[in-house]
Amino acid sequence: MGYKVSFEEANKIFAKLQDEYEIWAPKRFVGRGRYSDTDMIKYDKVNTVEEIEYKEKSDFPAKEVLTPITESLFYFTEDEFIESKATKKKLLIFMRPCDIHAQHHQEKIYLSNGDFTDMYYKRMNEKVKIVMMECTTGWDTCFCVSMGTNKSEDYSMAVRFGEGELTLDVKDADFAPYFEGQASADFKPDYVKENELHVEIPEIPNKDVLLKLKSHPMWNEYNKRCISCGACTIACSTCTCFTTTDIVYNENGSVGERKRTSASCQIKGFTDMAGGMSFRNTAGERMRYKVLHKFHDYKARFKDYHMCVGCGRCIDRCPEYISIAATVDKMAKAIDEIVAEEK
Amino acid sequence: MNNIVKPVACKILEVKKESLHEWTFKVETDIKPSHGQFLQLSIPKVGEAPISVSGYGDGWMDFTIRSVGKVTDVIFDKKPGDILFLRGAYGHGWPVEKFQGKHMVVITGGTGLAPVKSMLNMFYDNPDYVKSVTLISGFKNEEGIIFKNDLERWKEKFTTMYTLDRDQKEGWNTGFVTEFVSKVPFKDFGEDYEVVIVGPPPMMKFTGLEAVKCGVKEEKIWVSFERKMSCAVGKCGHCRIDEVYVCLDGPVFNYTQAKYLVD
Repeated sequence: MGYKVSFEEANKIFAKLQDEYEIWAPKRFVGRGRYSDTDMIKYDKVNTVEEIEYKEKSDFPAKEVLTPITESLFYFTEDEFIESKATKKKLLIFMRPCDIHAQHHQEKIYLSNGDFTDMYYKRMNEKVKIVMMECTTGWDTCFCVSMGTNKSEDYSMAVRFGEGELTLDVKDADFAPYFEGQASADFKPDYVKENELHVEIPEIPNKDVLLKLKSHPMWNEYNKRCISCGACTIACSTCTCFTTTDIVYNENGSVGERKRTSASCQIKGFTDMAGGMSFRNTAGERMRYKVLHKFHDYKARFKDYHMCVGCGRCIDRCPEYISIAATVDKMAKAIDEIVAEEK
Repeated sequence: MNNIVKPVACKILEVKKESLHEWTFKVETDIKPSHGQFLQLSIPKVGEAPISVSGYGDGWMDFTIRSVGKVTDVIFDKKPGDILFLRGAYGHGWPVEKFQGKHMVVITGGTGLAPVKSMLNMFYDNPDYVKSVTLISGFKNEEGIIFKNDLERWKEKFTTMYTLDRDQKEGWNTGFVTEFVSKVPFKDFGEDYEVVIVGPPPMMKFTGLEAVKCGVKEEKIWVSFERKMSCAVGKCGHCRIDEVYVCLDGPVFNYTQAKYLVD
């Protein structure tokens, strides 16, 4: 069913929803951007429609609602590990189609990789209902059309933000009661049909080509250019890597927490083992590892789609202006070179 | 809901000094691993680390640990009666069914002997399980030798070549394990053999190349990888190489796959 509601009416609906749901959406934090006098847009709980920043792309992805950058797994004493508790309410999250697609990547890793299910992800994921924010134009760093993530049907409600009013497509029967008495409207969300940026993902024909690509000089460029800050992976909609660390509350105490913190394969130390052994010790090698994961390795394992939704946040966030799209183009050229040499 | 990363408290039964830096901790547990698998061993306040099982039996398991990391250093303060936390066992170990009835060639470097020790003892205790065992074990120096009693015992039933990298020791050879691969009578084994190589990454790389040079078919070589892991259940991403997760798909790999796994 489609509805048209004023912001005022929508806020009343929000208030009712909050008995059962936490409402999460991209929100503007004035002056918190990384340059002076710039804002940051990231996911947070909202109480009103006006708090939702729908006109601009958020700097950080929706994944943070389910897997915060840092999260407590256990509280421990000398001989006991006690699980942390999850939020009690259900989660209503406003996302664009790219972020909705990225949830499928997250699910694959957390819920099914190796037939192990991560309890911390599952208990959050089960609470999620999605409100798809209609996205029709995208921005200059978006390439969702190339990745096939410009459209999604996987939502409970879809919303178009108008001047002082929302138009909604309510698919999930759970939400119908909230809209009783509201004006009906004929509405199906539109989507991005073309991006400024177009990315063609090259095929890597076999393992020998892959091996040669790994040592191709194209990656050397990033030894100087990439500063290994990890901004790209934190901004990435699909990255899931984390590190587990124990912290104690005071110096001599035996009470503390085991925490899970987002990790980045781009930061030196990601592979450090006891005794000093480590792998991928140059920025170029780390870049190669990330790019191949996004555009080859993930698909090789799960056989469905690539691990990139074309949200372009990594391009927006890179302090060195490294474009993943341009990097994929360079990789395509390198593969062509290698294949030509083999013939 | 089942929490796969929740560790279980286990009592330390015995602590044995194998060498200056390597100690074996015998822990009380009902977990039944298979040869070559590993567990996540943790101490509150310090963290978790993947450690391979060096021996197991009814109600106990052995971990041989080198004092080189943040987690492992604190384990060295532990005494019998103290608690360690475990979860696992994880990963794919040695394909022992495939090894049954064959000539086994096992080549180890340093602590790499730990993840094959329980399997070697199984071969020792069940002499009919395999046709023969040839063991090449190398250590950096005399101080680094671990499982001295086992090494002596194995001499009775296995063909053994023990070596120190540079130092001299009576009854021992001097040189890297790679120098002894060509002494294995692969030709006499026909097609009926398998080769196991475990040690530091460069040792495995060059021993693998040497074995291939000696005419060993790549699909007959098995190696075991070691990588940083936070979760050991395919979530944290630290141990991934290409489409492979060492924790899930390894740590044991066939050489035909392992040779492409460049980090």
